[in-house]
Amino acid sequence: MNPYLKIDHVGISFSRAGATTEVLRDVTLKIQQGEYVSIIGHSGCGKSTLLNIVAGLLRASTGGVLLEEHEVDEPGPDRAVVFQNHSLLPWLTVYENVALAVDKVFGGKRSRAERREWIMENLALVNMAHAKDKRPAEISGGMKQRVGIARALAMEPKILLLDEPFGALDALTRAHLQDQVMEIHARLNNTMIMITHDVDEAVLLSDRIVMMTNGPAATIGEVLTVALARPRRRLELVDNHEYNRCRAAVLEFLYARNRFVEAA
Amino acid sequence: MANSMLKLKTVSEGVAAAAPVATASVVPLARKPPPLSARLLPVAQKIAAATVPPLIIAALFLLVWEMACWSPTSSLPPPSRVWSEAKDLIVDPFFVAGTQDIGLGWRVLTSLQRVAIGFGLAAVVGVAVGTVVGQSVWAMRGFDPLFQVLRTVPPLAWLPISLAAFRDASPSAIFVIFVTSIWPILINTAVGIRNIPQDYRNVARVLRLNHLEFFVKIMVPSAAPYIFTGLRIGIGLAWLAIVAAEMLTGGVGIGFFIWDAWNSSRLPDIVVALAYIGGVGFLLDRLVAGAAVLVTRGTASN
Repeated sequence: MNPYLKIDHVGISFSRAGATTEVLRDVTLKIQQGEYVSIIGHSGCGKSTLLNIVAGLLRASTGGVLLEEHEVDEPGPDRAVVFQNHSLLPWLTVYENVALAVDKVFGGKRSRAERREWIMENLALVNMAHAKDKRPAEISGGMKQRVGIARALAMEPKILLLDEPFGALDALTRAHLQDQVMEIHARLNNTMIMITHDVDEAVLLSDRIVMMTNGPAATIGEVLTVALARPRRRLELVDNHEYNRCRAAVLEFLYARNRFVEAA
Repeated sequence: MANSMLKLKTVSEGVAAAAPVATASVVPLARKPPPLSARLLPVAQKIAAATVPPLIIAALFLLVWEMACWSPTSSLPPPSRVWSEAKDLIVDPFFVAGTQDIGLGWRVLTSLQRVAIGFGLAAVVGVAVGTVVGQSVWAMRGFDPLFQVLRTVPPLAWLPISLAAFRDASPSAIFVIFVTSIWPILINTAVGIRNIPQDYRNVARVLRLNHLEFFVKIMVPSAAPYIFTGLRIGIGLAWLAIVAAEMLTGGVGIGFFIWDAWNSSRLPDIVVALAYIGGVGFLLDRLVAGAAVLVTRGTASN
């Protein structure tokens, strides 16, 4: 069976002031439809760069990305991105932010009423329907990120790309949002790629965890399959053998074999 | 979704059921409204706090002025003489007693019309060119020194050139306003466009917004605070320039009125005209600032 998304021998180098830095080398990964894959690694290892290549915001220097056998060479709504800092437009209300995406993607295909209903449905999915007329400045960080997720989901993407979606949130809000994302994944069965640097988050949410080696010229060091049944509940997992095995494996990879070296 | 809505509904019903049920009839107690004076007092205090200090300062100012120009040999008129000699100008801004004998309100309106045309053109051209220049690093580098030099040329220095070009007073005055007020608008717009966060550009790229959509939905709102800063500086400069330009080109405007009054030694009239100019300039600034607040609501913060 052909993979849904295929990252094929991707490498990327940046040139700046005559010096060339190779950030990624020979990254190959196959992802099936409905899979939840986390990419974990130390900061600066090129996780976000890899996600941006899949999104089409950056172009790979070598290799390429295939989504359903089609090459990815530009950004598009079929690969919706949830940005780390939510990236909501501050002059639009919550509703208008989602509407901007929905009107652009479904403008010619669905009636005004259908689009309106679809926007509200997605806001309800992340429990933000009550704040539809608020502006981003008037809601909390966790709420902004939820709207960002609603905006991405509303595009009906083939694949959802989450770039450290919970990185800027406090621990309690983060746990709450992780549960919500798991619920959405269970209900809609979307394919998701999430960048994270949180080991617990990666184990809790993912089907597979992709561990990146340190840069420069970072690549995939190891791929770990998390064989935990869904739905997963964080309280029950505390003394689950498989959970702790995966956690230990990731920690071992990150802190014993690929210790973070402060770049000079 | 239906699920979560259902959940919400049962929760709210649960709350309603748990609430204690009132068994006794409620006896309404007439709540005595506080006396009128007690309610008005805080409002009056607020108004007083805002108006009393400026009134005191204004009174002191008039007093000092009156004392300084009290002597009959004084070269400048005291406020009492301004009032007695230019009373018609102060009490009725809109009288018409002949082609050149009209109220200051009419003169201000004539000047405002010129400012509206000149500043309007400057706003349209400034925002358009600023948008283009802000898009490109090379255009910015190339044009910026030119803009910075032209920006510092005083309004009146443009007048001879524009008189030579247009051979008529009225378009020359408008051109002087245009060329004075365009630079801050243009430069601020370009900076605003350059400062659009990469995040917003990425959102636009993922959504595949076309150029027009990007311009209307991302670029203009994102640069709006910068654009309005430029417009506010621009309207101030335009008002500075109109008075100076009209002094030289003649006509009906408030600037020419001052020049005319000076030539016929009507100093009290000049004082009244100055007050008009200051007041209108202040109103123009407030007007643009108010428009900025309306348009850029919520844009400044993240």
